[in-house]
Amino acid sequence: MTDVPSPQGWVRTEDAPRLPAPPNTTGPVGWMLTNLFSSPMNSVLTILGASFVIWIAWGVIDWALIRGVFTGEDREACVAVPDSGACWPYVWAKFHQFVYGFYPFDQRWRVNICFIVGAVALATMAMPSLPYKKWNALFLLVVYPLMTFVLLTGGNLNLSSSTIYFVTGVLLFSSLVVPLAAFGIEDGIRRNKPALVLAGIAVAIWLVSIFVSMPEIAAFGGYISIATLASLVLLTAAAFFSIGHRASTRDIAARSALLGWVGAVSAIIAVLVLVTADFGLVQVETQQWGGLLVTLVVAVTGIVAALPLGILLALGRRSKMVVVRLFSIVFIEVWRGVPLITVLFMASIMLPLFMPEGVNFDKLLRALVGTALFSAAYMAETVRGGLQAIPRGQYEAAQALGLSYWRMMNLIVLPQALKIVIPGIVNAFISLFKDTTLVLIIGLFDLLGIINASFSDPKWVSPQTGTTGYFVAALMFWVFCFAMSRYSLFMERRLATGHKRRGI
Amino acid sequence: MTAVIDEARPQRVSLFNDPKVRSLAAQIIFALLVIWLGYEIYHNTSANLAKLNKSVSFGFLWTTAGFDIIQRPIEYTRDSTYFRAILVGFLNTLIVAGVGIFLATIIGFIIGIMRLSSNWVIAKIATGYVELIRNIPLLLQIFFWYAAVLKPLPGPKESVNFFDLAFLSNRGLVTLKFIWGEGSGYIGIAFIVGVVGAFVVGHWAKRRQELTGEQFHSFWAGLGLIIGLPLLTFLMLGGPVTFEYPVFKGFNFVGGFTILPELIALVLALSIYTASFIAEIVRAGIMAVSHGQTEAAHSLGLRSQPTLRLVVIPQALRVIIPPLTSQYLNLTKNSSLAVAIAYPDLVAMGGVVNNQSGRAVEVVLIWMFIYLSLSLVTSAFMNWYNARVRLVER
Amino acid sequence: MTSKLLTVALGLGLSVAAVSAASAGTLDDVKAKGFIQCGSNPSLIGFGFPDDQNNWTGFDVDFCRAVAAAIFNDPTKVKFTPLSAKERFTALQSGEIDLLSRNTTWSMSRDTSLGLKFAGVTYYDGQGFMVKKSLGVNSALNLNGASVCTQTGTTTELNLADYFKANNMTYQVVAFEKNEEVLKAYQDGRCDVYTTDQSGLYAERLKLAAPDDHVILPEIISKEPLGPVVRQGDDAWFNVVKWTYYALVNAEDLGITQKNVDEMKTSTNPEVMRFVGKEGDFGVGIALSNDWAAQIIKHVGNYGEIFERNLGEGTKLKIARGKNALWSKGGLQYAPPIR
Repeated sequence: MTDVPSPQGWVRTEDAPRLPAPPNTTGPVGWMLTNLFSSPMNSVLTILGASFVIWIAWGVIDWALIRGVFTGEDREACVAVPDSGACWPYVWAKFHQFVYGFYPFDQRWRVNICFIVGAVALATMAMPSLPYKKWNALFLLVVYPLMTFVLLTGGNLNLSSSTIYFVTGVLLFSSLVVPLAAFGIEDGIRRNKPALVLAGIAVAIWLVSIFVSMPEIAAFGGYISIATLASLVLLTAAAFFSIGHRASTRDIAARSALLGWVGAVSAIIAVLVLVTADFGLVQVETQQWGGLLVTLVVAVTGIVAALPLGILLALGRRSKMVVVRLFSIVFIEVWRGVPLITVLFMASIMLPLFMPEGVNFDKLLRALVGTALFSAAYMAETVRGGLQAIPRGQYEAAQALGLSYWRMMNLIVLPQALKIVIPGIVNAFISLFKDTTLVLIIGLFDLLGIINASFSDPKWVSPQTGTTGYFVAALMFWVFCFAMSRYSLFMERRLATGHKRRGI
Repeated sequence: MTAVIDEARPQRVSLFNDPKVRSLAAQIIFALLVIWLGYEIYHNTSANLAKLNKSVSFGFLWTTAGFDIIQRPIEYTRDSTYFRAILVGFLNTLIVAGVGIFLATIIGFIIGIMRLSSNWVIAKIATGYVELIRNIPLLLQIFFWYAAVLKPLPGPKESVNFFDLAFLSNRGLVTLKFIWGEGSGYIGIAFIVGVVGAFVVGHWAKRRQELTGEQFHSFWAGLGLIIGLPLLTFLMLGGPVTFEYPVFKGFNFVGGFTILPELIALVLALSIYTASFIAEIVRAGIMAVSHGQTEAAHSLGLRSQPTLRLVVIPQALRVIIPPLTSQYLNLTKNSSLAVAIAYPDLVAMGGVVNNQSGRAVEVVLIWMFIYLSLSLVTSAFMNWYNARVRLVER
Repeated sequence: MTSKLLTVALGLGLSVAAVSAASAGTLDDVKAKGFIQCGSNPSLIGFGFPDDQNNWTGFDVDFCRAVAAAIFNDPTKVKFTPLSAKERFTALQSGEIDLLSRNTTWSMSRDTSLGLKFAGVTYYDGQGFMVKKSLGVNSALNLNGASVCTQTGTTTELNLADYFKANNMTYQVVAFEKNEEVLKAYQDGRCDVYTTDQSGLYAERLKLAAPDDHVILPEIISKEPLGPVVRQGDDAWFNVVKWTYYALVNAEDLGITQKNVDEMKTSTNPEVMRFVGKEGDFGVGIALSNDWAAQIIKHVGNYGEIFERNLGEGTKLKIARGKNALWSKGGLQYAPPIR
């Protein structure tokens, strides 16, 4: 067949040889032609843009490296050279202060441990391929803050006796409520009458003691009113009743709730023991903290406290209960409507006025309360975005399975919603991290604050000190924020795969 | 049917399991808690204030302030009241926010469009801008610009002279001051008439196009009305304006109109910072309009300019406007950082008033009230706009 | 879980708060906790200034140490809180600090309407002006039209407005939150004039790149009596602070110094004997030991010594005693006798 010449004439039987693409469309030249010089206008723009970039880059390099002063003991080194650039000896001399503030020299290992442990835990948490996420999260959200608290302040807190009683009271009261909730209220009440009666009397006595002053007796190294003591005793008895009753049950859900509760209670007791224990660490007051340490403490505390608060507020805003929803909306909108600086002023000026007479907050703690409430409002909106993205079907399916509200949220909705908003949370953290600089306005020395304050050190006053200091501050903030924003992008892409439809 | 079900159910539904009762109980408990907390705060505050011989009252606003302010949009001297001082601060906030929003929008749109440029260098410059500016704290940038405005500029004696019309020094930009003479009010009226006229013409042109298909260049006509009418009035009145020239005398320029270095630094920092966010919004907005829209417009015979104006931009704006408004609000709130560089905005003036009068609670309440009102107005606008541009599905 | 964590947080917050809960008088509290919380200026050389290791020095700082020496016989039992002009009164009112020793001007409104009490005038100061030498100004009356940098929330800002109005001069005020910022703006040429208390001007001038290029004008436009402040209605504590100041001045009057205070204990001069606690029970009245005054002098020196150490001719500040000399030497420092 093939030998017979076709009547139509010549037909090509094999592919023509592949020609290389025209030289002006491939390789560096082609790339430049399409991306840089595709039209006269574009060529002009390219040249202008490139010269602009080179001009800026050269300016920075010239100032920082070529004209920069690298060695010296004090300002003389930087003042002596005419038309000098960056004053680096100032940075070398002050760098420790930029990181630790006035934290005592011989105690700085404590800060270092916190930095290192935090970095390692965070890095392993951030890498999606590594296992034990749950435990890591638990460590980061519970153990780590506790550890840093004890390490940085020195622990050995002097809890007043009333605080201890208060916490004990809450614990005992919860011992009644939690197992009750695990069974459903009606069933729980029917089967747990003695405990309930005891607890009811206890609460009544406690309530009465608020309004009627009772005689006090010495106990536990302090004074305690008879009413408090009585209600504590009653609550203990109630707790025994209810625990004893629950322990014998075979209901798996109830048992696990009970187990979780026992775990939580022991954790709380452990926390109390830890913060009050004397580890032989020197007490370091927060006034001595400064620099990067304060920046990180404010940002991390802000976000860790804002997360649970924000979730609660977001749930509240979507709640069907009018009062709860109204409260959440007002709370969120008020905090989001005012600038952080007024919140910080409010925290530093008005918070002491809100407290009962004599009760007093540490300055740093006040700023922390302010930032935590502020970022909780923003976090709530982020989380709300995630909640709204969960299809209605998920809620309906959960309800159809007979799950209660909290179980539906805990088991079905929140795990999905929080996963979606991870990039949002990271972004919230970035803006909080940048916003921590505002605490300098209320007189705390964060990274920017301590750099700003160092300008007035007579030992280092020179025309370039300010610029160099700001340059270092900008660089440090930029590195942190840029890294985090890249991470957020990475997570966004990674998480996006789960929701995008691939193929059919 | 229903009767059968009713019989099948237990007659008595326990109160504890009635969702309505439970929800009501939870709400009552919650409300009581909130009320108790509020009462506790109120009680403590008044007790603490009573201890200091103080009480919350706004009467102090009418006493003499006794300090001076560097930038006064309205008349203010040391003999004015605290109220006026706060009002001056509020107006200064509006000034910085207004100018900042204007500049931030322009820069933001330019950078956003640059990011989408086919030119690699231009796109990368825009990306670099966004990544650099977004990741550095605003306060640091304000400090930077303040130093950058103050340091390289000469003192007032050696100021940079722009044809004797404006002088740039580290005391700011001093320029001509317009002093409007008699009859200037008419120019304002003419301007308002022009704006109204432009609206009317626009409406008329739209209706005519819908009815007859004929087009009318309402944009140019409107612009002509807005600029032309006041200009005409101005000329007819014989140019009732005189200029006050700044003159260097003693330490500083006397007379003229001064733009403070603090204002320049603050506006620069705020608009450059906010522009990096606006750029991202603009980029996302334009990318959100699918290419099919452009192709459809082309296939209908629209050329590229009307395509952009009539098809792409209106759809992009729908995506852009809501986050843009919240950026405007952010800029306004961020202008409170003025306190760090001595620009007398609302927060700074409130701080001074608090220091001089010791009225912390009142001042914080005033701050909250004003900023919350601004937010509410903005979100009201946003809701209105969203309702207006909502896709009407058929 | 979440709600329970919250409860704990609340509990912890309360407990941290409750640590510093003050109950009785400040003096009892101070004795109980073992140190004085003293609010001071973190950036005024000569009055209050922490170095890199957070060692505080200065005139106001030494006053706090003197109070600690009187109570604990140990001048190190002080903790310092750095405070800005703006925060200082709130810090004292809220009980965050026990004693405010931070170049604070005694004025009627502060004494009567802020719930505070001034314990004395440790330093007689007045507001002055600093300008660049190159401007060729030699009197404050030539400052018409000048830009003036100052700190907000101070009496300085008000005096300034009064002074320029009284002299029919115009000016531009650039008012910053912190004195570092004021100084930086002045240095960058934002203002022609820097105004604050004259002692402050001497201190701030040292932080300029070229201190000799600046001159402090002779005019003093206001009375600025600076002194330590305590909360109103706490007489025991007020007395301790007040008499610490008097002891410092009396010691200089009597010629008792840090060096000779131990020898003076054997003195037969009845006035000195009362001072060192050999005669009478003067400590009882203020709930301190009888040699409280001797303890102060032993640890921190008398008024003159504190002045010389922090501000006097031997320091970079080189401030003359002037009005702060003893009454017997033509100054205003005068103390009621211990008897």
